[in-house]
Amino acid sequence: MIQRAEVADELAGLSIFADLGSAQLQGIAHIFEEQWYPAGERILRQDLSGSGFYLILEGEVAVRQDGRDLAMLARGDYFGEISVLLGEPPVADVVALRPVRALHLAAAQLQDVLLAYPTVMYRMLVEQTRRVRSANRWRG
Amino acid sequence: MAGLSERPFPPGDYPLVVVGSGPGAIQVSYSLARLGVPHAVLSRDPVAGGMFRKFPFFQRLLSWTKPYAPAEQGSRAYERYDWNSLLADEPEHAALMPGLMDGTSYFPSRPEMERNLQTFAERTGVAIRQDCRWERTRLEGEGPDRRFVLETSDGEYRAPLAIFAVGVAEPYVPPTPGIELVPHYADTRPAETYADKRIFIIGKQNSGFELASGLLPWARGLVLASPSPAKLSIVTRSLVGIRARYVQPYEDYVLGGGVAVLEAAIERIERTEGGFRVTTRPSRGGDPVAVEVDEVIAATGFVAPLLDLPELGVATFGHSRLPAQTAYWESATVPGIYFAGTLTQAVGGLKKHGLPPNSGAVQGSRYNARVLARHVAETHFGVPPLRRPIDPAGLLAFALDELCRGPELWHQRAYLARVVELEPASGVADAGVRPLTSFLDDGGPDAVALTVEADAAGAIYPVVYGRRDGTVTEHILPADDLLQFDRQEHRRALAGILREFGVASDEASVPAATAQRVGTPAAGPP
Repeated sequence: MIQRAEVADELAGLSIFADLGSAQLQGIAHIFEEQWYPAGERILRQDLSGSGFYLILEGEVAVRQDGRDLAMLARGDYFGEISVLLGEPPVADVVALRPVRALHLAAAQLQDVLLAYPTVMYRMLVEQTRRVRSANRWRG
Repeated sequence: MAGLSERPFPPGDYPLVVVGSGPGAIQVSYSLARLGVPHAVLSRDPVAGGMFRKFPFFQRLLSWTKPYAPAEQGSRAYERYDWNSLLADEPEHAALMPGLMDGTSYFPSRPEMERNLQTFAERTGVAIRQDCRWERTRLEGEGPDRRFVLETSDGEYRAPLAIFAVGVAEPYVPPTPGIELVPHYADTRPAETYADKRIFIIGKQNSGFELASGLLPWARGLVLASPSPAKLSIVTRSLVGIRARYVQPYEDYVLGGGVAVLEAAIERIERTEGGFRVTTRPSRGGDPVAVEVDEVIAATGFVAPLLDLPELGVATFGHSRLPAQTAYWESATVPGIYFAGTLTQAVGGLKKHGLPPNSGAVQGSRYNARVLARHVAETHFGVPPLRRPIDPAGLLAFALDELCRGPELWHQRAYLARVVELEPASGVADAGVRPLTSFLDDGGPDAVALTVEADAAGAIYPVVYGRRDGTVTEHILPADDLLQFDRQEHRRALAGILREFGVASDEASVPAATAQRVGTPAAGPP
């Protein structure tokens, strides 16, 4: 059984929240909602409106576009942010490869969290920049 | 049904056992019985009613039943305005709640709600073995001999299937140092005993604000605290957040009237001479802040009383220790165990725009229970799948009527869907109400799923999902300020979607939108 205080401890171990103190982590733990997905279930659905932001606490997911696996994500990884930030439907499915415990945040709340915790926004920006660099290298 | 002196369902072997006697258990038992599924129902409580036998503490519900509504009492359309009656096929058993209210409020009192549930069970013949406490669970046998053995205060019940509708009503106390010194919400004393006291309420959800509302006339001062900001339902536009009835303390706070609402973690609670010191740490950072008060109440929520089911392999998650479930509310890790009632809130569905279904409340979970009963009947008891033929010429009118008045779609937005099969070979047919995620993910014949959805800005609008050759497309129809989804633009859009499936509907044959119609739509229960 995981309680919020323990979720805050889990968050403390994730790089995106590395700059936050314990009270801030508890605040974050209260804002996110924990969800559980059985293996094989779609968490994000390609081309469907109204998606959200997810942070993986346990388990692994596949990023799947038109039936082709593009990437695997695991504990500490997050997904859905591109769709949320751009206000567009996801361009890929995200499917649980085994049971997944994740934290969910609605689109509007992601903006609130990023503005309330600039260090989280900065770390997300760094991660997005890394992804852009990798994509550019791949294309180059 | 058992006589008054005879308790039904003695210990023994049953095809299915339902545990609980709150709204979830009563609804699922009723729906199973109407489908001819034999089962036993047992509950630890002396009478039916579940949590409504005791809560809400201040004796008035948050869920309304409108005595006067734009639809006739007893019709399906009326269910949208009556959040508290259970669902019956027989008109004389539908919409019981408004007939039991004294007319002073459109929120029933707790005793009125308890009477509503007990009356429904009595009149519809839902039999329950009360005073029978489920104590332990084990699993015996394999394959066709696999049985759950429920050890109870009356003896052992063996069944290959079990539905637990035991609510989320066990007080949760976080591991905060000193919290054992103070009562939980469930143990709050009568309001007048808090007269002229400084009161600290831990928790800023509905239970915390309910206490604050009830104690406003009595308290000398009130402090509410939890780490995250208070959310209001009128801002989240969902049942997530403090309901409007309990917002008074918040207004008192923002107007500087003497209530304090803190965003702070509770570090510890200590007893002082004549009271308590609560040490808080502000979420924004900074030094701890100590608050001296006379009384502390922990409105820290409730968890699911699943006893030893986790040891049997039932995975749980989250603050309320909810059981992880499939789209049809079966344990994701122990097949054969299902859940009904407020426990079904664990299945979040698509959570489009962040909005959850209303499964944590009666107005949502009653539909889950009816869909679950049909699923169990079809999957385990040989009941044929629902398939009501629809004349293609009337399909557009049927679909518009469901989108305008289908209560399942309105109460369980983006969660439950009316499915209409459109296979050329087998014809057009109503396949009933299903979980939307099942329609999207499980495949099946060409079909459309009709839903009502909402976005974060508050717009409410119909959405039609089309499934053709296994590929699903989403069609968002226009919102409407008066929530009438049968205007010309809706008819035209829907007719266009149906044409893609080869179903020609005469748009002109559907009456134009009028003031909201009254009466029972064509579709029956799923």
